[in-house]
Amino acid sequence: MNMKKLLAASTAITMFASVLAGCGNTESVSGSVSLAGSTSMNKLCDALSEKFMEEYPDINVQVEYTGSTAGLESLQAGSVDIGDASRSLSDEEKNNGLVENVVAVDGIALITDKENEVADLTTQQLADIYTGKITNWSEVGGKDESIVVIGRENGSGTRSAFEELVGVEEQCAYAQELDSTGAVLGKVAATPGAIGYVSLDVVDDTVSTISLNGVEATEENILAGDYLLSRPFVMATMGEISEQNEAVQTWFEFVGSDAGQEVISSLGLILPETK
Amino acid sequence: MISHKERLAKGIVTGCASVAIFAICSITIYMILKGVPALFKVGPLELLFGTVWRPTGSNPSYGILYIILSSLLATLCSVGIGVPIGVMSAVFLTEIANKKLASIVSPAVELLAAIPSVIYGLLGMMILNPVLFKLEKWIFSGSSTHQFTGGANMLAAIIVLAIMILPTVINMSVSAIRAVPSSLKQASLALGATKMQTIFKAILPAAKSGIVAGIVLGIGRAIGEAMAINMVSGGSVNIPLPFNSVRFLTTQLVSEMSYSQGLHREVLFTVGLVLYIFIMIINFVLLKVKKKGELHA
Repeated sequence: MNMKKLLAASTAITMFASVLAGCGNTESVSGSVSLAGSTSMNKLCDALSEKFMEEYPDINVQVEYTGSTAGLESLQAGSVDIGDASRSLSDEEKNNGLVENVVAVDGIALITDKENEVADLTTQQLADIYTGKITNWSEVGGKDESIVVIGRENGSGTRSAFEELVGVEEQCAYAQELDSTGAVLGKVAATPGAIGYVSLDVVDDTVSTISLNGVEATEENILAGDYLLSRPFVMATMGEISEQNEAVQTWFEFVGSDAGQEVISSLGLILPETK
Repeated sequence: MISHKERLAKGIVTGCASVAIFAICSITIYMILKGVPALFKVGPLELLFGTVWRPTGSNPSYGILYIILSSLLATLCSVGIGVPIGVMSAVFLTEIANKKLASIVSPAVELLAAIPSVIYGLLGMMILNPVLFKLEKWIFSGSSTHQFTGGANMLAAIIVLAIMILPTVINMSVSAIRAVPSSLKQASLALGATKMQTIFKAILPAAKSGIVAGIVLGIGRAIGEAMAINMVSGGSVNIPLPFNSVRFLTTQLVSEMSYSQGLHREVLFTVGLVLYIFIMIINFVLLKVKKKGELHA
C-alpha cells in the first residue's frame, strides 16, 4: 500500500514539475537519449543536453565524446541513439542506413601565435604553407620566422574538412600532428611562427586569427558562403527521425525549436539553411 | 564441515589466480585476431617495411616502418642515456652516500617513479620543447630543406623517456647491489683494491643479472610509454632523426584510434600487435635473465 501511495505521489509531482518546466508541453515524455561521437561537438552537445534536460526532466540525455567515426560505429551497433559527426557521412555509412541530420555549421579558423604580423592569406598561399612549399613567414609578407605547420591527426574531422576545403588532401607536410582541438590551440599559442586550424567557436585571445582571401572567419561570412573553411555538425540517426523512439524525436524537436536554435547560435555555430 | 570450507577457500583462491591467466590469454587471442587480418589485407612487407603512412587518402598507404624504427631508436637512445645515469645513481646510493644523503636521494627516486606520465609530458611540452626549438633554429638557420617542428621532436621524446626509466633502473640496481654478499666486498678491499675498484670490478659484476633485469624493465617501460611522448614528439610520421617530428607505435594508437574507420582502424590493431610482440619479447628476455640470475645465486 505504502509503495503504491509513494509511486502515485511521485508521479503526480513529476507530472506537475514537467508541466511547470515544459512551458506548455503538456504530454510528458520519459526515456533516455544517448549520443556518442565527435569531440569537436563537445560544447554543442553539453549545452544542448543541459537545456534539454531542464525542459524535459524525465528524459535522461547521455553524451560520450569518442570521435566522429567511433560515434557512428556505436550508432550502427545500436548502442546509442544518435551518432555525432563533425563531417558529412560517407556513402558507405549512408548505405548502412544512417541518416545525416545537419544541426549546425561550424567554421574552421586559421590561427597563429600572437606575435605574428600576417593577417591575411590567399587559398594558394595557405595550400603552399601546408604542403611545405612556403616555409618562412617572410614569403607571405611577415617577419623572417620559420613556419611551424600544425594540424590534426589522420582521421580527424577537422583535418579532413580542412584539407578537402583547401584542396590539399594527402599532400600536407605537418610538423606536428596533434590529437585534439585544445592541443592545437595550446601549441600554436606557445610556438613562435606556428600556424594551425581549429573550430571557430574555440578560438580565444591567446592566438591571432588569419583571414582567408580577405574574408574573416565570422558567422556572417560563413552564412553568406564567403568564407571557405566551414563544415557541418551532424547528429546521425539509424533511419529517419520519424522512425526513432519518442525521446529521440523530442530531442530533435527541441534542437529545431527556438530554444535549441538559440543554444546553437550562442556557441558561435551557424544554423543550417534548411530546417 | 571443515573440509567443505577448505574446498571453498581453495576454489576461491584458484579462481582468483585464473583471472590473470584468463586475462593474458584473452588479450593475446584478441590482439592476434584483430591485428592479423589487416596484415594480410595490406601485405606484410608493404605494412612492415613501407615508409608512407597515408591511411585516409583515396589511394591509402599503410607503411609503418618509420613508426617501428622511431619506437626502437627512441627506446635504444633513452636506455643509452638513462642506464648509465641510473646505475651510477644506484652505486652512489648504496656505496658512497652517507645515510643522511641517501635518506634524501632515495625518496626522491621513489617520488620520480610515482609521477604520472602526463606530468612528464606537460613539463616536456612547456620546458623542453621551447629550449629545443631555440636549438633547432640555431642549428638549422638558413636551411631551406629542414621542416621546423617547434621543438617537438625525437630528441625531446628521448630525453623524457630517459628520465622516466631512471627510477626503474635505479630501484632494480639498488636491490641488486644490496643483494651482493658483503663478504665479496670485504674480500676485495682486503686484497688491497680501492673502493672504486671494488665497486666496478667486484660488486657490479656480481650484481649484473639484477641490473640487466632493471635495464630490460626500463626498455619495456620506454617502448610502452604513450602519454608523455605523445605530448612532446610532434606526431608526424617521419624518419627518426633527432630534430624530426616523429610518431611511435604507442602514440600512433593514442592519436588515431578515436576517429579511424575501416581498414585504417584494422591497421591500427596491427600496430598494436607489433607493439604487443615487442613487449612479449622483452618480457621473455626478462624471464630468461631472472632465471639465469637465480642459477648463479
